[in-house]
Amino acid sequence: MTKPLLEVEDLRVRFHLRTGTVEAVRGVSFQLGRERLGIVGESGSGKSQTGRAILGLTPPPGEVTAGRLAFDGIDLLTASRRTLRTLRGGRISMVMQDPKYSLNPVMTIGEQIIEAYQAHAKAGRGEARDRALAMLEAVKMRDPGRVFALYPHEVSGGMGQRAMIAMMLVTEPDLLIADEPTSALDVTVSMEILRILDELVSERGMGLIFISHDLKLVSSFCDRVLVMYAGRVVEELEAKHLREAKHPYTQGLMSCLPTLANDVRPLPTLNRDPAWAQ
Amino acid sequence: MLDIQNLHVVFGTGRLRVEAVKNVSFHVAAGESYGLVGESGSGKSTVLRAICGLAPISDGRVSVDGREVTTPRGKDFYRTVQMVFQDPYASLHPRHTVDRILSEPLAIHGEKDAEARILQALREVGLGSSFRFRYPHQLSGGQRQRIAIARALILRPKVLLLDEPTSALDASVQAEILNLLDELRRKMGLTYILVSHDLAVVAHLCERLLVMRHGEAIEETSAAALRTSQASNSYTQSLIQASQGYSRAAPDSTSIAV
Amino acid sequence: MAGAPPLPQPSGLRAWLLSPEPGSRSQARLGRFYLGWRAFSRNPLAVVGLGVVILLILVAIFADVIAPYSPIAGGDLRTQRLLPPSETYWFGTDDQARDIFSRVVYGSRITLFVVVLVALIATPIGLLVGTVSGYLGGWVDTVLMRITDIFLAFPRLILALAFVAALGPGIENAIIAIAITSWPPYARIARAETLTIRNSDFIAAVKLQGASTPRIILGHVVPLCISSLIVRVTLDMAGIILTAAGLGFLGLGAQPPMPEWGAMVATGRNYLIDQWWVAAMPGLAIFVVSLGFNLLGDGLRDVLDPKAAK
Repeated sequence: MTKPLLEVEDLRVRFHLRTGTVEAVRGVSFQLGRERLGIVGESGSGKSQTGRAILGLTPPPGEVTAGRLAFDGIDLLTASRRTLRTLRGGRISMVMQDPKYSLNPVMTIGEQIIEAYQAHAKAGRGEARDRALAMLEAVKMRDPGRVFALYPHEVSGGMGQRAMIAMMLVTEPDLLIADEPTSALDVTVSMEILRILDELVSERGMGLIFISHDLKLVSSFCDRVLVMYAGRVVEELEAKHLREAKHPYTQGLMSCLPTLANDVRPLPTLNRDPAWAQ
Repeated sequence: MLDIQNLHVVFGTGRLRVEAVKNVSFHVAAGESYGLVGESGSGKSTVLRAICGLAPISDGRVSVDGREVTTPRGKDFYRTVQMVFQDPYASLHPRHTVDRILSEPLAIHGEKDAEARILQALREVGLGSSFRFRYPHQLSGGQRQRIAIARALILRPKVLLLDEPTSALDASVQAEILNLLDELRRKMGLTYILVSHDLAVVAHLCERLLVMRHGEAIEETSAAALRTSQASNSYTQSLIQASQGYSRAAPDSTSIAV
Repeated sequence: MAGAPPLPQPSGLRAWLLSPEPGSRSQARLGRFYLGWRAFSRNPLAVVGLGVVILLILVAIFADVIAPYSPIAGGDLRTQRLLPPSETYWFGTDDQARDIFSRVVYGSRITLFVVVLVALIATPIGLLVGTVSGYLGGWVDTVLMRITDIFLAFPRLILALAFVAALGPGIENAIIAIAITSWPPYARIARAETLTIRNSDFIAAVKLQGASTPRIILGHVVPLCISSLIVRVTLDMAGIILTAAGLGFLGLGAQPPMPEWGAMVATGRNYLIDQWWVAAMPGLAIFVVSLGFNLLGDGLRDVLDPKAAK
């Protein structure tokens, strides 16, 4: 790994509420190269807020601070709005959980992809159209020409998510942040989506941050895994070594899942140690 | 305990006619736990809703405890069959306290001794009496699901219909709820029908299961067979594979029509 | 969030109210009420509105004590007629030599009477028609909603006029006329709310406990519709007060010598240029009370309306 694609140092996200300040992310640091990085945690662990903070999408009244937050050498914290806008959706893209809420319901899928492309690349309509069709093909749409002219409500969840990925990838980003991209989908469909993401990473050398609650999925898909608990990274390890996890939280998360292979009952439950959150 | 013969469920008429369940039959013995597995749109939840009367029985027979069910269901039916829903955030009335939620079924059936039974129901699901006067928004997801289970059990039913009871919960909370369901079944001799998309959850809780797809029954098999990956049907086989997580090899194993 | 630092522990009554583990039904209810009040009191305009409404109620109750003169019997017509506001007559006197301040004070009773009665008649009708129609659906829904449409099609003031013309002028008939034209919007709101509730899991759950339809509607659907309805009714109060005043102004509402604000404005219009206070004082009262209800309604919406709330 020469120069890291993304450097995050001591990232903090605070929400100033009437009842006091809640710190959702408390000092997260990591570096990302051209690899698949998984961020795993339960609800409220701050994993999604970490992803959003990188893109500058923290909802108000959130406040983001970091020792360093740099993408390809560009400091994201001090960058101008203009720079951020060109980066966002251009070199950094994000795929959200539910395509229903991320696609514009009154525009055809094709139009949306063209718009995303033209917002970041100087291209004529014909060229943009060709790119959009090529992209729909890349995400394994059976009939790209037909899907191009469909509205989001006319396609299934799996197809919608693929369209979303096509839209996010049409600008050929260097970094893709995928926040639970498959949890609204059926298992067989989500396997296809993962296969598409996998190919894009290996073929284009894109960096991927895969945020999920599903430890099993992340460990089988990613190269490296960050395990988050209460706004902190409690453990970072190679995905293939997940079985040898040191932290009791990671171990607990692994063992509390029922598996087809072993019939354990009662299932071990997680005894949360307040010290983990320190 | 529960016998379903050639069940059909049809919604709408004419062009809007949708056949959600086509000719499904299965039998569940008393004290047994039976799973319905499938992806979204497979009709697994609709079978459950047809049993309890939330969806119509368009054709076929549903018998509980040897008697065919009537439409609308009588009060006796609801004393025998109860249901736990998927989303604990949607299944509890937002303006009712736990106390009110649990006392409602007792009041409907004219049960006496509500006080003691509410406290007992809370104990059974592992919550103390301090939870009694809380509103749902003061509870975590796992606690809400425990309340939903307590509400289903307070009438002492024999059959519990479980509609994805853990899929909205975190993994560690899922383990607690699964353990609780396991324990309650043993203690009370309950019969479960569990709907889930998660094969591991079904295998953990059920002895036998039915794999469904597009409203039809694909294959009836057992948890033991799942554990040893012995499925005769290729669709079941692909579900088993997908449940093991992502695999970089075997790129064509999951090419299933969307 | 799990990472939240522990909040400073409040003490005493507040702690009891905010307790995450209420020990009794009433504590739970009071705690909920307190949270609502805290949200409400953060909006200063809403508190002003509440103040105005409370003031109206207090003035109406203690009118006998507050008013220095009789609202009906006038003074000496030769010397005390149409006097400007002064220390003796705070709001001046009218053409019958009556103290306007006393009349405005007593007029608050009539206004409150109208407001309360309309709310008591129109809200339950609207709520019941809306929830039943929304919950049952089918032909019941069609029939009830068409009836609602028919009532909705009548312009309020015109129907009130026709009603009063048929039954004879008087405050009671005016109230009935206003109430009859007020409930359809409430039925619409209640129905819309019910439609979003009726397919939810918690309604399915109570159905599966064997609850009867009236029990589901009254115990489970109505409590969720009622808050948005309270907001709407409060916001409508200003319009109701204006309609009542309008009927009074036209001579079809409260009859002389009752000190109804609208009727007072009507008599004052003859002296509008030279003796402005005769019309202005009751007009001001109408304005302040209407504004008060509007501000209160706005504040209540922030607290009660589930869609406006987070």
